This record gives sequence, structure tokens and C-alpha cells, in this order.
Amino acid sequence: MTTQRNTVDRIALLQGTLDLLILKTLVLGPCHGQEVARSIQRQSEEIFFVDHGSLYLALQRLEDKKWVTAKWGVSENNRKARFYSMTAKGRDQLVEKTGEWQRLTRAMELILSGRTGPSGEEA
Amino acid sequence: MFKRKRSVDDFVEEIKAHLELEADELKREGASEEDARRKAKVEFGSVSAAQERFHLRGRVVWLENLLRDVRFAFRQLVKNPGFAFAAIAVLVLGIGVCVAMFAFVDAALIKPLPYADPQRLVHVTESDVAAPKVNISYLDYLDWKKLNTVLSSMDVFTGWDALLSAPTGTVPVPAERVSAGFFRTLGVAPALGRGFHSGEDSLAAPNVVLISYGFWQRQFGGRKDAIGQTVKLSGVLHTVIGVLPKGFEFALGNSPEIWAALKPDNNCEKDRGCHNLYAVGRLKDGVSVQTALANMQSIARQLENQYPDSNRGRGASVMLLSEMIVGEIRPILLLLLSGAGLLLLIACVNVSSLLVVRSESRKREIAVRGALGASRGRLAGQFVTEGMVLVIGGAAAGLAFADGAMQILSRLISKEMIARMPYLNGLGLNPHVLVFAGILALLASLLFSVAQIPYLFSSGIRDGLTEGGRGSAGTLWRRIGGRLVVIELATTMVLLTGAGLLGKSLYRLLHVDVGFQVDHLATLNVRLPGAQFPGDSEQVAFTRRMLDQVESLPGLRAAAVTTVLPVTCACNSDWVRIAGRPYSGNHITVNDRDVSAGFFTTLRAKLLAGRYFTDADDASKPKVVVTNHAFARKYFPGEDPIGKKIGDSTLSPSSMKQIVGVVEDFKDGSLDDEQQPTVYNPFNQDASSGFVLIVRTSQDEHTVLPALAATIHQLNPDVGVEKGSTMSDQINDSQTAYFHRSTAYLVGGFAALALVLSTVGLYGVVAYSVSQRTREIGVRMALGAQRWSVHRMVLREAAWLAAAGIVIGAVCSLAFGALLRGLLFGVRAWDLPTLVTVATVLGLSALFASYIPAHRAASVNPVEALRAE
Repeated sequence: MTTQRNTVDRIALLQGTLDLLILKTLVLGPCHGQEVARSIQRQSEEIFFVDHGSLYLALQRLEDKKWVTAKWGVSENNRKARFYSMTAKGRDQLVEKTGEWQRLTRAMELILSGRTGPSGEEA
Repeated sequence: MFKRKRSVDDFVEEIKAHLELEADELKREGASEEDARRKAKVEFGSVSAAQERFHLRGRVVWLENLLRDVRFAFRQLVKNPGFAFAAIAVLVLGIGVCVAMFAFVDAALIKPLPYADPQRLVHVTESDVAAPKVNISYLDYLDWKKLNTVLSSMDVFTGWDALLSAPTGTVPVPAERVSAGFFRTLGVAPALGRGFHSGEDSLAAPNVVLISYGFWQRQFGGRKDAIGQTVKLSGVLHTVIGVLPKGFEFALGNSPEIWAALKPDNNCEKDRGCHNLYAVGRLKDGVSVQTALANMQSIARQLENQYPDSNRGRGASVMLLSEMIVGEIRPILLLLLSGAGLLLLIACVNVSSLLVVRSESRKREIAVRGALGASRGRLAGQFVTEGMVLVIGGAAAGLAFADGAMQILSRLISKEMIARMPYLNGLGLNPHVLVFAGILALLASLLFSVAQIPYLFSSGIRDGLTEGGRGSAGTLWRRIGGRLVVIELATTMVLLTGAGLLGKSLYRLLHVDVGFQVDHLATLNVRLPGAQFPGDSEQVAFTRRMLDQVESLPGLRAAAVTTVLPVTCACNSDWVRIAGRPYSGNHITVNDRDVSAGFFTTLRAKLLAGRYFTDADDASKPKVVVTNHAFARKYFPGEDPIGKKIGDSTLSPSSMKQIVGVVEDFKDGSLDDEQQPTVYNPFNQDASSGFVLIVRTSQDEHTVLPALAATIHQLNPDVGVEKGSTMSDQINDSQTAYFHRSTAYLVGGFAALALVLSTVGLYGVVAYSVSQRTREIGVRMALGAQRWSVHRMVLREAAWLAAAGIVIGAVCSLAFGALLRGLLFGVRAWDLPTLVTVATVLGLSALFASYIPAHRAASVNPVEALRAE
């Protein structure tokens, strides 16, 4: 499998969703930045394109907010890498953001699938 | 819990790690080593952009830019210290002078009087045919106070020549008599003790006084037990009941130390026709000055009908107290402030042109920065910042300069003047002044930006990269710089004209023919204590002895006394009526002076007809008077006034006097007053307890003053003498001369500075234009132009600028002169000689400013000029 895909199929991440995706990735345990990027791309079936510059800035932002902590370590293949792990505060955020996101997607779904007329739902 | 901020290096390290991890993974997926590295990099995108975003994260970009601009501006200024020094020095001068003048305006005109609700305080006087504001008589005051419906309170005050008996002898002390409610009307409470109770100004009440804070400190050492102690004033014991607050001031009094309750105990206060008081009142809520005036005028009319002999023709005048206090100085201060404003304008224009020259010479820098991606906004921001750094530096130093200038100026003001302007005590860098300085700084920065920015956005910038900068180089600057210099020259012309007019008017004033010989005259104010010298006979006897003693002093030629010193004020007037003429009820107002027999000979006035007084014209003889020529001319045209009789309005027999002499006019009033009819009475027939001794000396008149005082104290130690003076000093230091002189000097100073600045400005423009045209001049000369024609070309350019400035300036001067009119004496606002002189001075200095660059242009070596390319 290759990461090289036709860029037309890719979707830029929605504003504010990257934080949520990073947190979700970190649930499974500490990861370094490259793993996070790969993981997001893989799990979204290569739909999401993660701008790496933005990813590292987002990681830094989360670190500044103390949702994640980071320390330098060594990767499986003996490379130096900076590992990120989720804090308790990050975990709370993940729960909250996931809930928010689910409400949002449900609402979007309701509207976009168009199962009800403009006034039908009220009755 | 502070964690060190993560460094950019660490971030870069992480990205590097990412690229390696990614490359590893790609290799594992089957890519070659080199391909994997390249792909990883491509996938990542711009590393440096990420790095920059990391750097900028959480920062306020504009603030960073601003700080960077400020740092850069400082570096620029430090790199070019000559420019920085010149620009800041010019700004300090302009802002400093302007702020100092504003501080005076603020202290005098903006700050409210230090009384409760000062906008409701009014000054109330009577008016008559001769003058719009004259004193009010005590009996009229009582009626006005009773009948008016517009004032919640009304009180009177008048000066008192008190003599204080101190352990060291009798000394005059400035004092004021006020009616009991005076301080309540002003809304001032004593700092210690109590104020006057109502009724304490009645004849039967015990003698009580309030004292000033300064007097309390000096005489009583600031002790609380001063209350209840007594002071002997003019031979009578007065009990101290209170001390006024420290900062208390009353500009209409002569810095009084003693405030006594005004009892109607002298003859004047029993006579409705004798006017010796001024009044202050507090307007009732909702009553305007106009309403109050109308009410007072109707009362005055009522009194006119009721007491025609004393009140015919007497009206009322009501004006705000603050107007009364600062009305006279307002036009002067506003003039000075506008003069300082013009100077600041010139200073700013000068600095603008310096800045524009600099942006011209930094064209390459601007072009390079533009080419490297600096937006025009950022470039403009950079230039605005540089201007602001200059302005802020200039304004800060300007404030210090202003503070110094204020201290020097207020120290230069004589004590007598300060006493009349107590509000100047509040002079200083207060919040008003600081806000004003801030506004000036803002306007200056705005001006600098406006002068530079159009230049930045001109197309010339883009050519900046092409070295050599010929073609249109500098033409834009020549246009902007030329205009700036014209503004400068025009403004200078206005200031110079103002200074010229004021200087001429000062000269005219000081050279007014006073009508007598001013030099070698010494004067001394003498006060006889009323208790020892109750009547005319005692006063006359003392004066005779005193004059005898004084005349025998060595070096003295003549001595005399008068109740009003010449060249002081047109005060002390009287009404007279000429016997044998039909009387329509119109008063003849004359200056009234009581003088001793030797008065005219001491002054060396000229006798036109009849005789002077003799010492024998005393109470035992029929009453006689001498008049001045103005009186004779006005009331006895074509007639011989000698032998004619005048009397009071009712021609009461006791008031009848025969005219025995006419003297040539001399200045009875102040220097700028019109000559008024004056009547002189013999002191021996109409004595007074306060008078001025005048002596003519053969040596320096200052040296006899101590001897005069000593002689008088030898005769009677209880007689008070005030610090003596000389007639020339009196004239030079008179309020009129003082105001004229200080205005002329200050505006003259502004004009001189303006002249220097604009000359330098013109020099700058012409010199710069020459340096820009060196190559062109070289070409011209190579093609055969003569040196003189190059010379003329440069001079012509300067001459056009100067001529435009002078013509515009002349037109503006006419408008400015119209504003000055009220302050001029003996000079018209459109004085042609002044305009011509000023234009010549300005023209010459412009010629001087352009001669040097013209000379330099003419000595250009064409070969070198062309090779320099």
C-alpha cells in the first residue's frame, strides 16, 4: 500500500477536527508524530490528508494546553523520536469532543439525508 | 510550575526525526533509499513554513513588527546622529516653546478660579460717561445689595494703605477692607479661626481682621494661638480672628496680608458721590450675567432719579469675575500661544523636509526591501515608526524644556506683576499640559507621515534599484521640499511681521513724550498714620517739615509731593462744573491730583499761562487750581481760563476754586492712555494721609532713596514709607510697558528662531537639489554653460521659493496684524515700513541660504561630475 494517492480524493481536515483525531489516536498509547499522521491517514482509508506542518503545530498546541505530554525516546526501528501520550485532562477532552462531534454529525446527517420536510418534524 | 518554552531547534529536530521515520517506512514499502527521502520531504511540504508557523504561534504579529520597527528606527537614528540630533533639537524647541506657552494659557485662562462655583461669581461696578467701569460708592452699594433680585449675595472690597506697628518700626502692609460676607460670597473658609460674622462690618463692632497664611507664618510663626492676639494697624489695635488658607489668592487686591472688616468710617463712605469700592456678587441659580446686568442697570436708573446730584449718568456694569481678572491678559497669552504654534509648525516642516530628504537617500534600501517582499504597508509602517520615535523623543525632551522655560519665564516676571497674576502660581506640567503635549506629538507624527508616505508610494521607488538614479530622481522631493519651504518662509514672515509691529509699538510706547524730564527723579510712597494725623492741618504741617528737611539733603535739587504719581493711571477722577456756564447735568470728568507748590518745577513741566502754586496757597487763602492744557483747550477754547472758577456739581460755595495757571500736558494716566483734562489742587488746601514724594537729584537718583526714608523716619518713626523707586523705573516697569515689552520680546524670540529654522530649511532644499543635479550641471558646463549662469540658475530656484514665501507671508501677515490690532500702540496693523523691512530681512537671509549651494554648484568640475557615474 502506498500513501501516494490521487489528491482529488483527499479531503482537507475540517477546522478543529485535527485535535480530536490526534487525541483519538493517542488513546491506544504513546505515539510519535509520524505514527499519528500515518494512523490518521490509514484509519480514514486515506481520505484525510494530514498536513504535517499543521500536525506538529497541533501537537504543540495540545502540549501547551497540557492535554498531551511529550518526551524524546527511541522508536521500534531505533530512531530518535518525540513520543506523545495523553493526560487525564486530554482524556476528558476526548470524551467531550467526541460527544460534540457525534451530535454534529447526527444533525448534519438528518438535514442532508432530507427524510423530513421543512415543517414536518415539528408536529 | 514553569516549563521552559520549547525551542525552535527542538521543533526542527522533531521534523527531522519525522522525515527519517517516514523515509524508513517508505523504504520498507519498497522505495529506494533516495526516492524514500525525496518522497518523505515532498509529503511533508515546506519545512521552513512549518518552522515559521511554530515561531509565530501565540505571538502578536503587529506588536512584534512594531517592536522591530522601533528597534530599526533607533538603529537608523544612531547610525545617523547628525540627522537625529538636528531633528530632535528642532522638535524640542518647537514642542517645548508651544507647551510652555500653553501652560501659561492653562494657568490663566483654563483653570477655574480657586473659589466655590467660580462661574457664578461676578464683578459689579458702576459705570459713567467717561469709563465703562468705575468704583461704586458705599451708599449705592447698600441700595444695590438691598434692591437687586439677581444676586444671592453681594459684597464690596477696597484697598487699604495700612501701617503695621512692628518691633522694628512702622512698616506699610498691603491690606484690604472687605464687607463681612466677602469670603462667604467667594466660598472660601479660613484655615484657622473663623471668618467675619455678619454685622462685624458695622461701626459699633470691635476691630477684627483675618490674616493671610504668609503673614501668619512670618509674624506668628504659624502658631495656633495667633487667633485672639492683636496687631496694631495704622495706630489702632485689631484682633486676629482667622487665618486664610495657604493658596488663597485674590487677583483684584494687591496681595493683601491683612483683611479687615469694612466699616463705613471715613468721609468717603458717608458720601454717595464718593466712589471707592468694588463689588463681587454671586449669581442666583439660573440667572445669567445679562439678566443681572439688566437688573443692576434698572436699579442704577432708579438711584439716578432719586439722587440726581450724585448719581446722574451713573449706570452699572456686571461681568464674570474671571473675565475681570484675566480679560486683559487673554489676548496677549493667546497671541503668544499662536506665535509658539507657528514656530512649532516651522519646526515640524523643517523636520519633515529632513525626513523626506532621508527617504530620498534611502531609496535603494526601500527598493531592496520592497523587492524582498516587504509590503507597502510594512514599509510605510517603518517610516511612520521612525517619525514617531523622533516625535516621542522630541516631545519628552520638549516637556523638560518647557518646564525649564516656564520656570525661567515666571522668574523673569517681576514681583509686582506676579502679585497681579496670582493664578500663575498654578503654572506647571499638569495633566492638561501633558494632554496638550500628547496632542502636539500626535499631530507632528501625522504631519511627518503625510509628508513621507506619498513619496513611498510614488513610482520613483521602483526605479530605486537601478543605480545612478538619474531621470526623475529628486524631482518629487523638489516639489514636496519646495512646498514645505514656502510654508516655512510664509510662516516666518508672519512671525517676523508680528515681532516687528510689536517691537515698533514698544518703541513708540517707551518714547511717548511724557511731557516732563524723566531722568534724575526719585519717588517714595509715604503714608501718615491716621491716628496721629487725623486732619489736613496735621498732614500739611508734616509735609512742609518733611519737604524742608528733604530739600536740604545733599545732591537734591527740588522736592514735591503729589497724591497720584504721573505715568501711573488715569485713576482718581472728579466731576467739576464751570461757574457761569449753563448746566445740562452733563458732568465734566477730570483727573484730580493734589500737589505741593514745587510739583511742577520739580518735574520741569512747562507753564503756559498764569502762575504755579506757592506754599502760601493754604487753607487760609481762597481755593485755587492749576489745570493742564487739555482742560483749557477742551473747556475754554479761544478763552483765557485764568481767573475762571470751577466747583462741584452743585457749585456749592465751599467747593469753588479759581484757575490760576495752565501747564503744558504731561502724562497723568498710563503711557497708552489718551491725554485727559486734569485739575491740580494745592496739597496745602486739600491734603491727604497718603502721597508720593518726588525729588529731583543732581546725582544718580537711586542713591538718594535710603537717605529719603531715613529723613522721614527721623522726623517721625511712625510714618510708613514704601520701597522707593525712580521715575524711569516706574515708567519702564509700568504694567502697560511690561505687557508690551514681554509680548514684543517673546514674539521677537519666536521670530528669530523661525528665521533661523527657515533659513536652514531653505538651505537644505537648495543644497539637496544641487547635489541631485550635480551630473546635470556637469553636462551643462561640459556643453559650455558659464559658471555665472549655473550660479544664476540655482539662485533663481531659491528666489522663486523665497518670493512665493514672502508674498504668501505678506498676505497672511495682514490677517495676523488684524488680530494684533488691540495690542499695538502707535502703529497700524498694516504698517508698510515694517512689512518692507521684514520682507527685506527675509529676502536677504534667503539669498544668504542659497548663496553657498549656488557657489558650490558653480564650482562643479564637469569632468569629475561626469566621471562620477
